[in-house]
Amino acid sequence: MDALDRAIINALQDGFPISERPFAEAAATLDISEGVLIDRIESLLDTGVLSRFGPMYHAERLGGGLSLAVMKLAKGDFDQVAEIVNAFPEVAHNYARDHEFNMWFVLATETTQRISEVIDQIEQETGYRVYNMPKLAEYFVGLRFEA
Amino acid sequence: MGLENTNGYDLSLDERDCRLIAALQNGLPLVPHPYAAIGASAGMNEAEVIARLHRMLESGVVKRFGVVVRHHELGYRANAMVVWDVPDERATELGQRVASHDFVTLCYRRARCLPDWPYNLYCMIHGRDRNLVHNKVSYLIKACDLQALRHEVLFSLQRFKQRGARYVRPAAETANLGPAVGG
Repeated sequence: MDALDRAIINALQDGFPISERPFAEAAATLDISEGVLIDRIESLLDTGVLSRFGPMYHAERLGGGLSLAVMKLAKGDFDQVAEIVNAFPEVAHNYARDHEFNMWFVLATETTQRISEVIDQIEQETGYRVYNMPKLAEYFVGLRFEA
Repeated sequence: MGLENTNGYDLSLDERDCRLIAALQNGLPLVPHPYAAIGASAGMNEAEVIARLHRMLESGVVKRFGVVVRHHELGYRANAMVVWDVPDERATELGQRVASHDFVTLCYRRARCLPDWPYNLYCMIHGRDRNLVHNKVSYLIKACDLQALRHEVLFSLQRFKQRGARYVRPAAETANLGPAVGG
């Protein structure tokens, strides 16, 4: 990653134009050409620095379900349970954390009732309890990482 | 238990919005006219795509349009979830105070799972190493007067999966779906 990659990441975290030539517009503020911006974004996606380029939705406003689910697993069972959990397409991301509650994953589903169905299925397949910790309120932050 | 609705906009989505969302599932195409390309796969013209996306952004259905960064790849190796047990009646006030610090990247109030899990206020703090994150947590406790409240810091050890959530099925399957994005 060079200085231009960093400038692109910092600029595009604040938003992207919704217009006929959005890459040309965004490129102009960075003082580069449309083609260079497109190539750079492509390689940042390829190398995994960026995981996504596009809209971020408010799942609840789409009528879908979203929740944080947590499991307390014996060390020896962790990898096997992780495999089962990650195989569900509803699991958006999954982190191991250093705590007795050691597996934390986000469930994103097409419907709100699907959350409890997926939790039941995971409990049945793993034999472990899944703690459901739905969001009750979100406090505004300006999410960005200085690259 | 729904989210607090912070604005009075119409959040309803029609069948064409759903098709558009499905067409954008894998992100925006990297071509000079990306909204025209999306329109071609969603069966609408560029102007309609642009108008619909502006409306979704205004109503809050779309939170943000742009890039999603993998913080770990940028050198933010320490990623902590900090959880507090705060009195319910103070959750909003304290949540807003915690969220106002620029090093806090997410801040939520969540349901407790008593008796095993008493915590109800969550925030995420990323840093280049664990010490820096601990310093930020100490700073936050002082700045927000949280000394008397129980808290824990949970660092992440490994990320198994990180993708954009998939909310609807691919375009071909959603053609007949109504506004409920049902299934």
